[in-house]
Amino acid sequence: MADEAVLRIEGLGKNFGGLRVTDDVTLDVREGELHAVIGPNGAGKTTLINQISGLLAPDAGRIVFCGEDVTTLPMHTRAARGLARSFQITSILPGFSALENVALAVQARSGTSFRFFGRASSEEALNAAARQSLAQVGLAERADVPAGELSHGEKRALELAIALAMEPKLLLLDEPMAGTGHDESARLVSVLRSLKGRFPMVLVEHDMGAVFALADRISVLIYGRILASGTPNQVRADPQVVAAYLGDEME
Amino acid sequence: MTEAALSAAPTARRSFLVGNALPIAIFVLFAVLPAFAVFSAETYLLSLVTRVMIFAIAALALDLLMGYGALVSFGHAAFIGLGAYTIGILSSHGITEILIALPVALVVAVLFAWLTGIVCLRTKGVYFIMITLAFGQMVYFTASSLAPYGGDDGLTIRARSTLAGLPIFGNDRALYYISLACLLGAYLLCRAIVASRFGRVYRGARENPLRVATIGFEVYRYQLVAYLIAGALGGLSGFLLGNATDFVSPAYMSWQRSGELLIMVILGGMGTLNGAIIGAAAFILAEEWLSGITEHWKVIFGPLLVLVAVFARGGLIGIATRLRGMRRG
Repeated sequence: MADEAVLRIEGLGKNFGGLRVTDDVTLDVREGELHAVIGPNGAGKTTLINQISGLLAPDAGRIVFCGEDVTTLPMHTRAARGLARSFQITSILPGFSALENVALAVQARSGTSFRFFGRASSEEALNAAARQSLAQVGLAERADVPAGELSHGEKRALELAIALAMEPKLLLLDEPMAGTGHDESARLVSVLRSLKGRFPMVLVEHDMGAVFALADRISVLIYGRILASGTPNQVRADPQVVAAYLGDEME
Repeated sequence: MTEAALSAAPTARRSFLVGNALPIAIFVLFAVLPAFAVFSAETYLLSLVTRVMIFAIAALALDLLMGYGALVSFGHAAFIGLGAYTIGILSSHGITEILIALPVALVVAVLFAWLTGIVCLRTKGVYFIMITLAFGQMVYFTASSLAPYGGDDGLTIRARSTLAGLPIFGNDRALYYISLACLLGAYLLCRAIVASRFGRVYRGARENPLRVATIGFEVYRYQLVAYLIAGALGGLSGFLLGNATDFVSPAYMSWQRSGELLIMVILGGMGTLNGAIIGAAAFILAEEWLSGITEHWKVIFGPLLVLVAVFARGGLIGIATRLRGMRRG
């Protein structure tokens, strides 16, 4: 069973000074599964994502990705192995066009980038793959717009397109719906639903409607600890979870 | 070939000309200038514009770092000094062959760029500025203490570089056109790099290094390679400068010189490459003209710089673009 896991986290721990932000977290993500991580603000969800992606080094525990211990590998190496992520606070290249943002991600997985001659923007193979990713998130029409001039919702979608273009083996989504309006958020949910099954995802999200609609499994994180883990129905029925977290959210 | 493709060819050529009108104008001007030099003023004009072109090479290199990588180096004159000292020292030992001197000058510059780059590029922003300045000063003081090679007073370069024994730098016109060829080569190289796959990653790292890393690129490696290229171009500039002035001194790599290079790039317009050439020309011509009016020329030049910094954030290129925009309505 454990061998099927694309991502396995074992006994992960992280302290910020005296504060224990990740406390003995163990979880796994299986092939094709969407594993949601929910919890109140300050529960350590983003910190957990940052440790998986390599932005932060854990103080204890192991992260195993595709059978390989990646705990000490730098961020760019993990990305090159197929670990893609989106950021809670939009992280794009504002001066690049939407297309070039995505084309850069395509470039990362197609041949060397230590090439000093030949216009990268004229490489049709890169552009075609980038256009395809943009189309998947509904940004095909906006390819030539500078990313900095896109609307907030479009930037969120671009963030997703960049991750898609990496052809990830695992996608970490840190609040992809953060700050989007009702329509945009509904659109992103349908994009995510269309991606389900293509690759496993870890979804951190506050929008409970989205989480219960999309997740195969849910882990509830409170004060850095996993309080409960299971299918949406199991989690919804868990009295501990209802008392600690869902009770307020559901009302 | 289809009809559409046939009719597209001249259009493509025209759009190439329009899109590159400025650099074409700059290089044509450089190329024809010697023909218009009046006999009596020829030496003066040639040596002045040669100087412009040589510093433009170093300014291009700095623009590659600053304008495209947000790597503000305050020690770039060190590379000019290293290039010039290399040929000075070699020449004092009787080695003037260009096929030896130029590669050695470039290797010295790249080696220095590598040794300092692996340290500097671990830092960011103000710390990068400070540490490049510190390395620049180290080379400056090292050169000052090189007693066998003139120390503080500098070193007279007794013989200019030769190619297979031929004195190709023998006359001012030859030096002028070799400098022009080097500038053109440096310019085309920088243009190619910026638009290439490498350049896209490198430019992306200026926009958002974290994003570029999470896509899977090790930002540091790309910045280091850019730093080595900029170092080599600085060395080339120094190689030409030594040949043009027949002299090299620690002053070539003082921090004031590094500051002047920064001014050239900012004055012309960062991140445009064209701006680096225009900035180098504007700076050196202004220095020449204003210092003819008063020896305290910096009193005039200083406020001019402030005006450019306050009212023309894009430098001279920025002013030109805005004027053109206004004319179009």
